[in-house]
This record gives sequence, C-alpha cells and structure tokens, in this order.
Amino acid sequence: MDERSSEIALIHKAQAQNLKKEQRRQSFWVALMWLFGLITVSILILVVGYVLLKGGSSINWEFLTTPPKGGLSGEGGISTTIGTTFYLVGLTLLIATPLGIGAAMFLIEYAGEQSLGSKFLRSMISVANFAVETLAGIPSIIFGLFGYALFVSTLKFGFSLLSAALAGACLVLPTIIRTTEEALLAVPDDYRRGSLALGATKWQTIYRVVLPASTPGIITGIILSVGRVISETAIFYVTLGGSYHMPTSIMDSGRTLALHLYYLAMDTRAFDKAMGTGAILVVMIILINLLIDFVSRKLTAGVRKVQ
Amino acid sequence: MSGRMIADKVVKYILFASAIISIIIVLAIGFFIFRESIDAWTEIGVSEMLFKTVWRPGIDQYGILAMIAGSLSVTFGAILLGVPLALGCAIFLAEIAPEGVQAVVRPAVQLLAGIPSVVYGLFGMVILVPLIRNINVPGNSGYGLLAASIVLAVMILPTIASIAEDAIRAVPENYRHGSLALGATKWQTITKVIIPAGKSGIIAAVILGVGRALGETMAMIMVIGNSAIMPRPLSSNPLTFFLSQARTLTGNIAVEINYATGIHESALFATGVVLFGLIIVVNASARRIIRSQKYVEKAN
Repeated sequence: MDERSSEIALIHKAQAQNLKKEQRRQSFWVALMWLFGLITVSILILVVGYVLLKGGSSINWEFLTTPPKGGLSGEGGISTTIGTTFYLVGLTLLIATPLGIGAAMFLIEYAGEQSLGSKFLRSMISVANFAVETLAGIPSIIFGLFGYALFVSTLKFGFSLLSAALAGACLVLPTIIRTTEEALLAVPDDYRRGSLALGATKWQTIYRVVLPASTPGIITGIILSVGRVISETAIFYVTLGGSYHMPTSIMDSGRTLALHLYYLAMDTRAFDKAMGTGAILVVMIILINLLIDFVSRKLTAGVRKVQ
Repeated sequence: MSGRMIADKVVKYILFASAIISIIIVLAIGFFIFRESIDAWTEIGVSEMLFKTVWRPGIDQYGILAMIAGSLSVTFGAILLGVPLALGCAIFLAEIAPEGVQAVVRPAVQLLAGIPSVVYGLFGMVILVPLIRNINVPGNSGYGLLAASIVLAVMILPTIASIAEDAIRAVPENYRHGSLALGATKWQTITKVIIPAGKSGIIAAVILGVGRALGETMAMIMVIGNSAIMPRPLSSNPLTFFLSQARTLTGNIAVEINYATGIHESALFATGVVLFGLIIVVNASARRIIRSQKYVEKAN
C-alpha cells in the first residue's frame, strides 16, 4: 500500500513539474508575442509620428496654397499637386467604379442562374474570377509599363491624366470588384426572392433592392480605391509625366502628391518639403482609414437591424 | 416583350461585358509587355539577357542577372526580418491579445498597409540610411540591401500578418477545445495544433508577402542605391553583403523607362516580362496552397 501511494505521489510530483515547465515556457512565448504586437504598433507610431512631427513644421497655409517653383530648387508649395491628385482620383474612379460594380454584379447575381447553362458562359465566369485574382497580385510598376505601352505610346495619349487614369483604373478594378462582391453576398437571399415574387425583373431586383442594401460595402471599396490612387506612385511615375503645373485638360501631364514627394526627395534632396508632403499624405490616409472604419461600422449595424 | 423585360436582357449583357473586362486587361497586359520586349529577346538574345550581369545601355550591354539577384536578395532580407514579426503579430492578434488590445493593433496593421510606398522610402532615406552609414566598412554608403530589406520588411508585414491571422482564425474551434481538454497549455495548443492545422494558409501568406516584396518599386529605388551591379560583400566579412548597393527589377524599369528608346526600351520591357513571370508563378503557387487548405477542411 505504502509503495503504491509513494509511486503515485512521485507521478503527481513529476506532472506538477512538467506543468510548471510548460507554464514557464508558455509565459515566455506569450510575452514574446506581446512584444511582437508592441513592436508592430511602435513601428507605426515611429513612422507616422516622425513624418507628422518633422513634416508638420514645414506645413503652413502658404505651403498648401502656392504651386511648386519647379526646377532643381525644390522651392514653393504643393497646391497644384493636391489639385492633380484629386483630379486623377476622380478620373480614375469615374472609369473604374461602373466597370467594377457591373463586373461584381454579374459574377455574383448572374453566375448561379439556370439560363447560364451554356458551357461557354460558365467557363468565362471562372476565367473572370481567376483574372480578378491575377490582377489583384500584379504590382503597380507592371500596370505602369502596360499603361506606358498601350495608352502613352500606342494610343498616343502621351504622358497625361488620361493615360494615368486608364492605367490606374486597371489597378483599382480588382479592389472594387472584390469589395462589391462581398457586399452583394452579404445581402440576404430573402430580399431577392421577395422582390422577384412581387413580379420585379431580375434587373429591377438588383437595382432597387440589392444595390441599396449593399451600398455601404460598395462605398468601402470606392474609398479603398481612393486611398490606392493617392498612395500609388510607380504606376503614375511612368504614365503621368510629372509636370508640376496644374493640368487644365485630361490630356495634360501632372504630378500627384506622392510623385511630388519622390521628385523632392530624389531629384532636389529637399527633404523638409518632402516630409511636409509626406505628412499631408499620411493625414489623408489616416482620414481614409477612419472613414472606412465608420462606413463598415454602419454596414454591420445595418445587417444587425435586418437580423 | 415588355420594355422592362428588354431592359433586363440588355443590362445582363452589359454586365457580362464588364465582367470579362478583367480577362481582357490581364491578356492585354501580358500581350503589350511581351510585344514590346520581343526586339530585346531576339536582338540581344534570351541567354545573353538572363545570364549576363553587365547592364550598360550606353555600350549596348543588357544583362539583367544583377537585377534578378538584387530583387531576390532584398526579398530574402525582407522575409528574414519581416516574417517572424508578421507571424508573431498574427498569432498575437488571433489567439493571445484581449479584445481591447486587438482594437488597437489591428487598425495599426491596416494603417501600415495604407501608408504610401514613397513615405516609407523617405523615412528610410532620412532615418535608416544615415544610421547604416555609421557602420564602418569601406564602400558603405548607407544605401543598399540592408536599408531596403528593413523598409521592405515593414511594407510586407501587414500583408503577411492579416492573411496569416485569417488562416489561424479559420482553424475550427473544436481543435482548440480538444487540445485544451487533453490538458495542453494554451501555448502547446497554438504550436502543436493550431499552427499545423493552419499551416497552408500561413505559408500562402508568406508567399503572397514575397509577391508584394518582388513588386515593390519606389521605396526600393529610394534606399537601395540603384547600382546595376551584382550585390557582393564589401569586405571579407560575408555579412557586409547586405551593405552592398543593388538594383531591383522594378527599379530598373522605373528609373530608365522615361528616357529609354529603341532596344534599350525593349530591354526594359523584357525586364518587365521577367518580373511579371516571377509574380505570376509566386501568386499562383500561393493560390494553389490556399485551395489545398480548403480541401483538407472539407475532408475533416
């Protein structure tokens, strides 16, 4: 009897030791994971904080409202580059948004249709999905090279807002398609059945019922695209030309804020002005992230109401 | 047929047309970049371009091996620095962080993803390059693979962290319960059950990170030095390899395309073809791995 209980006691002791060892190991690794999380946040604070503090000091009303002087001086403000950025954002989205929403509608609303029994259409849909995935992975500079070959050279649009916007539209298209698809998928099927049962056609159902219900999701995709056009540089470096004047037509060359930052840093080494431009860019991106957060919160609130 | 029925049909075809535009764009990208590069492949020669290390358009030397090596080296450096941090961050967000902390870290990761490439590049130029210049090795300019790898590591962190987090979250809750019920600690559960179960997704996240790294352009131009040379150690210490300047495939295109003409321009498009091919292979393999993961989950 005694022997057995001492054996059991030994086992218990060994188990307790093993548990302690595992717990120590666990606290070490968990602490390390906390450290990794902390490092990530610190990197963000370091980069954003530095750019805002350093850049903030060169931002004033004059910096924002005077055009760059050009040449190699790096003198002047950034007014025309802000204007060009908005111009390009507008033009790019004007091209990409209808295409992206249309594509997503077809891929989600029509792909499951019985009348699409034909093999050709079905394979087209799976190829289209594959193409969207491929586009999403293609780097900015390749879109730029494509835009340069097709729009700038072959179609002779030159280095212009039009060339840049067409190339930019190809770049943001997968973003708009994917977010719109998600938004459409989130609309309950009951909505569609209810509308069809009332005698509406498919398109009436999509336009009057599905589209309004998925608006916040679609808007999220558009805002994301705005952010991409503001921050992408390589694609516009090889399609937009880089003139620091305010473009007066879509055939004019121009430079966005991000491009201006690049020229300031690389060509003129005007790091203070570059930092100022960077600070404006970072503020824009923060605002865009907040806006997306706000819209998607609205989206989840809407879904909750439905349920 | 009533008007609204006709509208219904017409709209369907319009939507179909927009759906296949993505296909047309992908094909057009491949077609135009390849078409412009044909002259280079035929006049310079495929092996001459791919396996020669001298790139000097002035004397008609168009070897891009140095740029391939540059792209691969900086990607390797970024993976070495960025992957442990990104995966740690993913595990932290998915399994360890309390909700209040997640609400801070996750938006931070998102914001890191949104910050423009040129801002990272500028930060690298102003902060990292002068710091690295202090390392006392002859020929060290501060610009080079080390600065570029650090910048790139931060840039691929959000991609890898968010996809890996999704992969970890996708592991069914039963797995966790089962492991904990058997007496495993939380950390044992994470390393022995959850990570092996989410392995494919995590690997795919890293591969997609590689894809992003290969495609990054402006930040690389700003900190890597852009010398079209094979990266090599600056002294007898092999670690000084990372102090070497280099040029990436992406940088080669962007730096020269605006003034290149003739065969030089064609050679830059050929650089684009090589980059495009690399990216397609990398991304396709990530997709394959993600698919195989779905299959395993179904089988369970």
